[in-house]
Amino acid sequence: MQTINIVMANFLTTWFDKLKETFLTDDNYKLLLTGLKNTLIITIGALAIGVVIGTLVAVLKYFSDGVPSLSPVSFICDVYTTVIRGIPVVVLLLIFFFGILSSMNGIAVAIITFGINSGAYMAEIIRGGINAVDKGQMEAGRSLGMSKLQAMRKIVFPQALRYILPAIGNEFIALLKETSVAGYVAIIDLTRGGNLIRNNTFDQYNPLAAVAIAYLVMVIGLTQIFKLIERRLSKSEKR
Amino acid sequence: MKSADNNVLISVRDLKKNFDEHIHVLNGVNVDINKGDVICVIGPSGSGKSTFLRCLNLLEKPTSGQIFFEGDELTGKKTDLNLHRQKMGMVFQQFNLFPHMTVMDNLTCAPCMLRKIPKEQAEAKALELLSRVGLADRAGAYPNQLSGGQKQRVAIVRALCMEPDVMLFDEPTSALDPEMVGEVLDVMKKLAEDGMTMVVVTHEMGFAREVSNRVLFLDGGVIAEEGTPAEVFGNPKCERLKTFLAKVL
Repeated sequence: MQTINIVMANFLTTWFDKLKETFLTDDNYKLLLTGLKNTLIITIGALAIGVVIGTLVAVLKYFSDGVPSLSPVSFICDVYTTVIRGIPVVVLLLIFFFGILSSMNGIAVAIITFGINSGAYMAEIIRGGINAVDKGQMEAGRSLGMSKLQAMRKIVFPQALRYILPAIGNEFIALLKETSVAGYVAIIDLTRGGNLIRNNTFDQYNPLAAVAIAYLVMVIGLTQIFKLIERRLSKSEKR
Repeated sequence: MKSADNNVLISVRDLKKNFDEHIHVLNGVNVDINKGDVICVIGPSGSGKSTFLRCLNLLEKPTSGQIFFEGDELTGKKTDLNLHRQKMGMVFQQFNLFPHMTVMDNLTCAPCMLRKIPKEQAEAKALELLSRVGLADRAGAYPNQLSGGQKQRVAIVRALCMEPDVMLFDEPTSALDPEMVGEVLDVMKKLAEDGMTMVVVTHEMGFAREVSNRVLFLDGGVIAEEGTPAEVFGNPKCERLKTFLAKVL
C-alpha cells in the first residue's frame, strides 16, 4: 500500500512539474487563453449570423413555396443551402480568406465563413420545424385576420421552436467544434493555441489534453443551457 | 361592384374551385346569406361542403367566381382580406387552438394585436364570453388540459372575441366524443338565438332541423337543393337528397 502511495506521489509531482514547464515557460498558457477567447468570439459571432441567415432563409422559403411569383426567391434559397452544404467548411474558409475577403482580418473572415456555413444548416433545421407545425395553426391565425407574417411570428414560429431546439443545439455544438479548423488561416484559436505550445515545448500530450478538456467543458455547458431552454418551452405540455 | 341588397351579408356568385386540373370540387355555387341567417350545409362526403365554407373567408382560394362580404368583393384584387376576416369568425373541426398559449391568451391575442384593444379590456370581454360557455374557471389552463368539448367551446369564444358579423363552422362536432357533442351544440344554439349569422357545415341533422332557418344540400359541387329545414327534411325533391337522408336519419 505504502509503495503504491509513493509511486503515485512521485508520478503526480513529476506530472505537475511537467505541466508547469509546459504551460508556464514563456507564458505559454497565454496562447491557450488567446485561443479560447478567439474560439469563443468566432463561435458566438458565427452563431448570431447563422441564426439570422437560417431564420431568414427558412421563412422566405416557407412564404415562397407554392407562390409562382416568388419562385426566384425560393430558387436562390435552394442554391444557397445546396452550395454551402456541399462544400467542406475548411475549403470555404480558405476561399474566403485567400479569395473573396482577403483584405479582411482573419477572425472577421472566420466569423463570416462559419456564420454563412452554419446558416445553411440552420435554415434546413428551422424550415423542418416550421413545417412540423400543424397547418391548422396558420389557418386559425389567418381566420382571425392576422397577416401571414403576424401568424408566423405569434403562432407558428413559437411552436416550431420546440421542434427546432434539439437540432439547433446539435448545430451549435458542431459549430463550436468546427471552428477548430480556423488555424488553417493563421488564426490562433483554441486548437492552434494548443498546437503552438506543443511546438514550443515538445510536450505532445498535455497541451492537447488541455484543449480537449476545454472543448468538452464548453460543449457540456451548451448542452445544459439547451436542456434548460427546452424544459421552459415544454411548459404548455404539462397536463 | 357593390351588391345592392342591404340585408345580404355574404353573396356567392358562380363559385368554382378545382384542385389540380382534374379535381373539380365546386362547380358553380350561388347563394345569398342574409343577416341573421343560420344556414346548415349538409351533403355526402366529398360534395365540397368544407371547401365551400373555406372559400367564404378565402382560406381556400376560389378558382373562379365572386364572393361579396358586406358589399365588398373578397375575391377582388385590392381587397384587404385580413380586415374582412376579422369580421368572419371561423371554428374548425380540429379546434386549432394555439397550444403554446393559455386559454386567456388564445382569446385575447388577436383582439389585442389586430384591433389594438387594451389588454385589460380584452381580458374582461374574454372572461365574460368564457363564463357564458361555462369555462370561466379554465382561463389559465393550456389547451391540452381541456377536453374536446371544452376546446371547441374555447375555439368558439376565440372567434367571438373579434366580434364577428358572421360565424363559419366547419364540422365543429365531428372530432368530438359523442357525449361532448351536446355541450358544443348548446353553445351554438344559444349563439343562433342571440341573432348571430351562422353558416354551419354539419352532420348533425337534429341541429340542422331545429336551429337553422335554411338548409343547403350540396352534391357534386353544386347546391342540389335548398330550403327551410321542414322542406328539405320533410319533403325532399331530388333523388340524391332522398337517398342521403334515408342513410343519415
